[in-house]
Amino acid sequence: MCKINYLSKSADDTVGFAITFAEKLKPGDVVTLWGDMGAGKTTFTRGLAWGLGIPRKCPITSPTFTLVNEYSGRLTLYHIDLYRVQATEDLETLPLREILFGDGVAVVEWPEKLGEVLPENRWDVRIKIVDENSRRIEIEQIGADEP
Amino acid sequence: MRILGVESSCDETAAAVVEDGRRVLSNVVSSQIAVHRPFGGVVPELASRKHVEAILYVVEAALEEAECSMNDIDAIAVTRGPGLIGSLIVGISAAKAIAYALEKPLIDVNHLEGHIHAAFLDSDLPNAPFVCLVVSGGHTALYYSESLDQPPEFLGGTLDDAAGEAFDKVAKLLGLGYPGGVVIDQLSEQGNPTAIDFPRVYLGKDSLDFSFSGLKTAVVNFVRTHSPLTYRVEDLVASFQEAVVDVLVAKTVLAANMKGVKNVAVVGGVAANRRLRHKFEEKAIDNRWKLYVPPIHLCTDNAVMIAAAGYGVWKRKGFTRDILTLDAVSRWY
Repeated sequence: MCKINYLSKSADDTVGFAITFAEKLKPGDVVTLWGDMGAGKTTFTRGLAWGLGIPRKCPITSPTFTLVNEYSGRLTLYHIDLYRVQATEDLETLPLREILFGDGVAVVEWPEKLGEVLPENRWDVRIKIVDENSRRIEIEQIGADEP
Repeated sequence: MRILGVESSCDETAAAVVEDGRRVLSNVVSSQIAVHRPFGGVVPELASRKHVEAILYVVEAALEEAECSMNDIDAIAVTRGPGLIGSLIVGISAAKAIAYALEKPLIDVNHLEGHIHAAFLDSDLPNAPFVCLVVSGGHTALYYSESLDQPPEFLGGTLDDAAGEAFDKVAKLLGLGYPGGVVIDQLSEQGNPTAIDFPRVYLGKDSLDFSFSGLKTAVVNFVRTHSPLTYRVEDLVASFQEAVVDVLVAKTVLAANMKGVKNVAVVGGVAANRRLRHKFEEKAIDNRWKLYVPPIHLCTDNAVMIAAAGYGVWKRKGFTRDILTLDAVSRWY
């Protein structure tokens, strides 16, 4: 079981850490991001995208309104944001199962909205606000089929 | 030419009839905000099923309001993107079905180009190239257009959050209700916009890109580190709004100067914000611009703008060639 603990000193630091973490990701992986508004979930995702080889000139914008943004890199990245989802029937708007159990990497913001769709095998990333610039980032691999 | 416009890219299901891209015969919007607020729902439901339930009703209502039947319609214009695929598909499928069954031509329209057209419906057409700020919950970008019939050229846009999204998230953080932009606009009237000095992010002096994520985080940090007894919420939201407005105005001035234009349009849901309108009116006088801002009811998503833009798209490149293979696109421009 893989566990990582990191104290990020700035948004740039978070991006750099996420770039390194992205090396661990394989096709079909799901990364759930847990943290309050302003914790840096989209910032972390930007680092993951860069780590997955998505061109840096491609803006990794918030998917709050679009619900899902798709990017092509070494692996396809699906950036999902369930902030606006209120009822489970809202999830029908998305091809969620196809994305979560497909060959890309899915990053899910506000995964608490997934309910029973939350995959058993996933990377939990918890980002906690320490002070104005610092963030505590805890990563835990859940239910992985390790040898 | 009489065009039926159909729009379903986000939360609104809408239909409208517009003649020659100018004369508005009807405008019907089934707002999910209105539907859900009386029942205590604070965020509209996103489910595509809501669009499915509303789409035929709004099309029929738009025809009725225009006092015409499908026989009087010459073409159907529909939003192809950008937006939520699951929502876009509903409008596109309805438009395709009507077009195919009644042998009407179809015009697929970019939602953002639609927003731009909304600025000119109540005024003269621009006599020269113009710069347009499109600012809403899902978009914040600057465009340059040679004329209303030409495709807008993308100059710059947000690298993270849209301006309207920042409004909604700050309102939610402060427990102010929905829609956040309207609540903050109203509360700010009683607030001091210089009370708190929130950051303005310009990303370099020639950049036409935007970043609002840091501002949102600055508000989160402020609320986290200050007792609610030490500040007025009115001052907080007025100061936040001022930071957003300052950046939007400054970037638009920069774009107009870089392109050497004197015609400027501001469109999208956030263009309904009174502080933003006021600041742009001031800049228009300072810079001798002709300023185009839609009436409030055409700032938010509607189908009038899609029908109007459809006329422009048709003049530029004719009807959509292969109706049945037309698909939705989530990102476009």
